[in-house]
Amino acid sequence: MSALRNFLNKIKPSFQEGGKLHAFRSVFDGFETFMYVPNDTAKARGAHIHDAIDSKRIMSFVVIALVPALLFGMYNVGYQHYLAIGEESGFWCNFLYGLAAVLPKIVVSYLVGLGIEFTVAQWKGEEIHEGFLVSGILIPMIVPVNCPLWIIAVATAFAVIFAKEVFGGTGMNILNVALVTRAFLFFSYPSTMSGDKVWVNGNYMDCINGVSGTATDAVTAATPLGQLATGDPIGYSFCDTVTGFIPGSIGETSVIAIAIGALILLWSGVASWKTMLSVFVGGILTAFLFKGSIESANFSWFEHITVGGFCFGAVFMATDPVTSARTECGKWIYGFLIGVIAIIIRVLNPGYPEGMMLAILLMNVFAPLIDYYVVKSNINMRAKRATK
Amino acid sequence: MSKLFSKENGEVFTNPLNINNPIAVQVLGICSALAVTSQLKPAIVMGLSVTVITAFSNVIISLLRKTIPNRIRIIVQLVVVAALVTIVSNILKAYVYDVSVQLSVYVGLIITNCILMGRLEAFAMQNGPWESFLDGVGNGLGYAIILVVVGFVRELLGFGSVFGFQIIPDSWLLENGGLYMHNGMMTMPAMALILLACVIWVHRAYNKDIE
Repeated sequence: MSALRNFLNKIKPSFQEGGKLHAFRSVFDGFETFMYVPNDTAKARGAHIHDAIDSKRIMSFVVIALVPALLFGMYNVGYQHYLAIGEESGFWCNFLYGLAAVLPKIVVSYLVGLGIEFTVAQWKGEEIHEGFLVSGILIPMIVPVNCPLWIIAVATAFAVIFAKEVFGGTGMNILNVALVTRAFLFFSYPSTMSGDKVWVNGNYMDCINGVSGTATDAVTAATPLGQLATGDPIGYSFCDTVTGFIPGSIGETSVIAIAIGALILLWSGVASWKTMLSVFVGGILTAFLFKGSIESANFSWFEHITVGGFCFGAVFMATDPVTSARTECGKWIYGFLIGVIAIIIRVLNPGYPEGMMLAILLMNVFAPLIDYYVVKSNINMRAKRATK
Repeated sequence: MSKLFSKENGEVFTNPLNINNPIAVQVLGICSALAVTSQLKPAIVMGLSVTVITAFSNVIISLLRKTIPNRIRIIVQLVVVAALVTIVSNILKAYVYDVSVQLSVYVGLIITNCILMGRLEAFAMQNGPWESFLDGVGNGLGYAIILVVVGFVRELLGFGSVFGFQIIPDSWLLENGGLYMHNGMMTMPAMALILLACVIWVHRAYNKDIE
């Protein structure tokens, strides 16, 4: 590690004022502060409390928390493929298949997103922010495995420019960037995002001989949410939906892997347990009330929260510190409404099987309003107490 | 003659095309700009209809401006606009029926287009018929330019065609073995709003003095 530090120190002067690579200073600065905590984070005056870690380290925690779900997602991609074509396969075979299918998506999402971030930072003469570290890994995890790469690239570019850079970059965005990517895909290219044909990769790969090709026909598999939308009963056992051996977006299927990520986030204090818990409370309560009331509501509450992106959204999306409510009381309201709206969309609108995305985006928009009224009611309460 | 085409009159005509564009600068008439621009043909027809109606209602109101009682001027303006809209709507139905079906209620809704009332109130009530005519044509064409730009992008990306001619061949499509896919969001008004924002973005980047 010290070799890297020495190397960075050595090349640093050429990026500073007057150096010949001065034009690329923000790229250098972004890389250096990603690898090492900067010496001067903020001026040491005023009433700020300095935390031990800066926001690049916080983002790294989220990425680490996402790793279990990502690894399981890769394994599940292979497992679903070999299950669908009816072939026996071992653990490593499944995993390698999934790795080969998912890795290009991660590369594309990072290349496009970071490319735009670096360009904009360079253009405006600002330093590079760290926001895309998390979005870049989230985007491949919330798309179906068959989604073409160029479509992911277009959607990522759209989301980074229109959901983030026009609002002023990292920390200023109103909507969650990864979810905007998914929403763009969902409304622009619906045939790659829903239906029966997108969830299982049909590309053939013989991992024993190392041969790959595109031999097999499109493989179909219905997700539990697809079954919900068509009014069928759930076709997977509760055990499968918890462990995650079901078709679905790459990272969202396994409740166990997501729970490990949730523990990491809560232990490190990056995500708020209030938001997380209240999403589940809202979702469970609504599903419980809906159960059996109308024809399309034949899922039980425990099935609702284990299928689709409910857990993934609650743990990794709703708790995004930038776009969620910031007041403590506001977090309860914000999370609760996400849960309620997600289940309402799932049950009442068969056209949008995944209600979690739309619910979180909608509440992203309302989060500042919630905060405003929480603060205002607190002021009123104190004013009343003072005048009594 | 020189008075008719003086520099001031030239500016009355060219300002709304660029630095005082009704959509990009005054942000008027957005509703119909979102609704009719999913394809180029209805966008052009709509732009021309608005141009004709703004021009002639401006002239008529300008001729009447001395005789209209101030307290009922809005009603008089509305009657003039409504009469012109009805004429244009019937002409469209007679000669380009398919486009008038596509435009549906939005031809009738030209009556409520803010550009019209804005120009009548702000310009025609104070100026002579010739200046008002130039102002009306300029504003209508300024509106039409933006509609054409947005309509072009939306039709190209949403349907793969321009003016109804297929530009992107069907064999490129994913379902026919290719890689390409039409962008479904381009056909929705939501994307028109974002495109409109892009047009305004570019416009302001070139005209930095516009607040």
